[in-house]
Amino acid sequence: METAFAFIAQVLRISVPYGLGAVGGAFSERGGVVNIALEGIFICGAFGAVWGTLATGNPWAGVFTGVLSGMLLAALHALVTVRGKADQILSGLALNLLAVGATRSLLKVMYGSASNSPRIDGLPGLPISLPAGFEAIGELLGSPFFLLAIAAVIAGQVLLFGTGFGLALRAAGDGPRALDGAGYSVGNFRVLGVLLSGFYGGLAGAWLAMEQHNFTDGMSSGRGYIALAAMIVGKWRPAAAAAACLLFGAAETLQIRIHSDKLPSQFLQMIPYLVTLIVLAGWIGRAQPPKALGDPYDREAAE
Amino acid sequence: MSDREITNLRLQAFALSTLQTVGPVAASIALGLGLAGLLVALLGASPTQFFTTLWAGTLGSTYGFSQVLFKATPLIFTGLAVALAFQARLFNIGAEGQMVIGGLAMAWAGASFPGLPFPLGVIEALAFGALAGGLWGAIPGLLKARTGAHEVIVTIMLNFVALALANYLLANHLALPETVRSAEVTAGATLPRFSDFWSALRGSPLNLALLLGVAAAILLELWSNRTPVGFSLRVLGEGPKQARYAGLPLARLTVFAMTASGALAALAGSNFILGYKHYYEEGFSAGAGFQGIAVALLARNRPIWIVPSAIFFGLLSYGGLVVNSIVPRELIDLLEAVILLFFIVFDRMLRTLPDRLLLLRARAPETP
Repeated sequence: METAFAFIAQVLRISVPYGLGAVGGAFSERGGVVNIALEGIFICGAFGAVWGTLATGNPWAGVFTGVLSGMLLAALHALVTVRGKADQILSGLALNLLAVGATRSLLKVMYGSASNSPRIDGLPGLPISLPAGFEAIGELLGSPFFLLAIAAVIAGQVLLFGTGFGLALRAAGDGPRALDGAGYSVGNFRVLGVLLSGFYGGLAGAWLAMEQHNFTDGMSSGRGYIALAAMIVGKWRPAAAAAACLLFGAAETLQIRIHSDKLPSQFLQMIPYLVTLIVLAGWIGRAQPPKALGDPYDREAAE
Repeated sequence: MSDREITNLRLQAFALSTLQTVGPVAASIALGLGLAGLLVALLGASPTQFFTTLWAGTLGSTYGFSQVLFKATPLIFTGLAVALAFQARLFNIGAEGQMVIGGLAMAWAGASFPGLPFPLGVIEALAFGALAGGLWGAIPGLLKARTGAHEVIVTIMLNFVALALANYLLANHLALPETVRSAEVTAGATLPRFSDFWSALRGSPLNLALLLGVAAAILLELWSNRTPVGFSLRVLGEGPKQARYAGLPLARLTVFAMTASGALAALAGSNFILGYKHYYEEGFSAGAGFQGIAVALLARNRPIWIVPSAIFFGLLSYGGLVVNSIVPRELIDLLEAVILLFFIVFDRMLRTLPDRLLLLRARAPETP
C-alpha cells in the first residue's frame, strides 16, 4: 500500500510538466496555431527559472522569470506565424533550435559551462503531516507549486470552454472567417492563444528546473513534444489532455522505478517515447484537430 | 501589346523571381551575421577580430576550407534527406536517428566482410547503412500513411528510440572490449582522404565522402526533375487533394519518400565511419541530422542547391571552433537558428510581395 501511494505521488509529480504543456498546446492550437515550439518554451522556462532563482535567491521569483522566458519565445512564435504568416511548423522548429542555442550560449557566458548551471534549492514545501504510509502524498499536497499547477489546469479548462474569451479563441482556430465577420481580430486572439501556451509551457519548464535543482543543456528531452501528443489524445481539451498526461507520467515513472537485470537500461529509456508513438498511432484517426489549424488567416483570400 | 512591353514584363518577372529566390537567403545571412557581430561586441570582444579570425580560419586557407568541406559533407546528405521528404511536404525531423541507426549498420557491415576489395567494400557498407536507415525512415512513413500520425512528433520520438537502441547494440554486441566504439572497417571499406593525394591538406580529415555527396545531389536533382516518381513526389507536396486528383498512390508515395529520406540520412555517416575515424561511436553524428533541416530550407529543397547550403552551414560549424578563443562557440548554434528564423519570415514576405503590391495598387486612389 505504502509503495502504491508513493508510486501514485511520483506519477502525479512527473505528469505536471506534461499536463501544463498539454494545456498550453491546447490554447495555441485551439486558436489555430501549431505550436511545435513548445519544446523550446520548456527549455526557456527552465533556464529562466534557474536564472531568476540564482539572481534573486528567491525560487518564486525564478518561477516568475521562467514563465516570462517561456512567454518571450512564444511571443516570437506569434510574431513569426501570426503577424508574419510564416509556416508554423518551420517557425516552431527554428525556435526550438533558437532556445537550445540561446540557453547553451547563456550557460557558457553566465555560468562558465555549456552543459549545466549551478545548483538551486527549489521551492520549499509546507509541512503536512499525514499518517504513516501517506508521506509521499502529503509531500505533494504540501507543495505550493503542485497546487498552483492543478489550479492552472482547471483554470485553463474553464477559460477555454467556459468563457466568451475561450469561445472566441476557439473560433479563431475553427472558423476564423466567422470570428472576423463578427468584428473580432483573428490575429489578436491567435497571439493571445500562443502567449498563453508560452505561459503554461514556461511554468512547465520552471517545474522541471525546480525538480531537477539546476539547468542542463537540452533538459526537456522531448517532453514538449510528448505534451503535444497528450494534447492530441485529449482532443485539444485542457482537462482531458491533462488526464492523458497521467499515462505519459506513468510511463516515465516506470522507466525510473523498474530495476531489472534482464531488461537493459537502454530499453527502459525508450519507454516514454515508445508509449507516445503507440498512443499517437492508435489514437490519431479518432481525434479531429481544429479546422483552420496551421493556416495563416488571410481575410483577402477567396473562400 | 508591343514587343517592347512584353520584353519589359519578362524582365520584371525575372527580376521578381530572382529577388524572391536570392533575397531571403542573402538578407537572412546578412542580418544573422550582423546580429552575431553585435553579440560579440556585447560580450566585450572585437567584432572585427571575430570576423577576420572566422575568415582566415575557414575560407582564407586551404586547410581551413578543407575542414569546412569536411563539416559540410554529412550536411549534404542530411540536407538531401530532409529536402527529398519536404518535396512531398513531409517533415523528416528524424534524420538524426536515421543517421545513427544507418551508421551503426554501416560500421558493422564495413568491418564484417574483410574479403571485399575497394571499392566493393565501400559499396557494401553504404548499402547496409542505407538499408538500415531506410527501414528506420519507413516507420514514420508507414504510421503517417496508415494512421495519419504526424511525422514531426513520430520522427522526433524515433530519434530518442534510435539513440537508445544504438547505445544498447553498441554496448552489448558491437563495441570492442574495454572501449565504447565499434571495430574498425576493413581497408576495402575505407574511403581515401584527399590528403593522400594532396600534401597541402596534410592532417585534414576531408575524404571522398564529399564527392559521394556531390554526386548524390546531382543525381537527385536529375531524378526529381526528370522522372515520373520525382514529379509525383512534388505533386504530393502540393497537397493531398492535388495528389488524389492526379490519381497518385498517396500512401505508397509517402512511405517511399520517408524510406528514401532515411536511406540518404544514413549515408551521411560515411564521412565519419568510412572516411574519418573508421568506426562508430556515440555522438558521431554531431547534430548533422538536425542541421540538415536548416540546410534544406535555405536551399529551398532543391538538391543541387543543397551543396552550397551545406558548405555554408559547414563553415558555421567549423567557424565555431575557429573563434572559440574569442567567443564561446555555442554562439554559432544561436546564429544558425537566427538565420533560419529570418529566412522563414523573409521568404514568406517576398513570396506574397506581388499580391501585396497588387492590393496596394488596387487600393490607391486614381491619380487625376
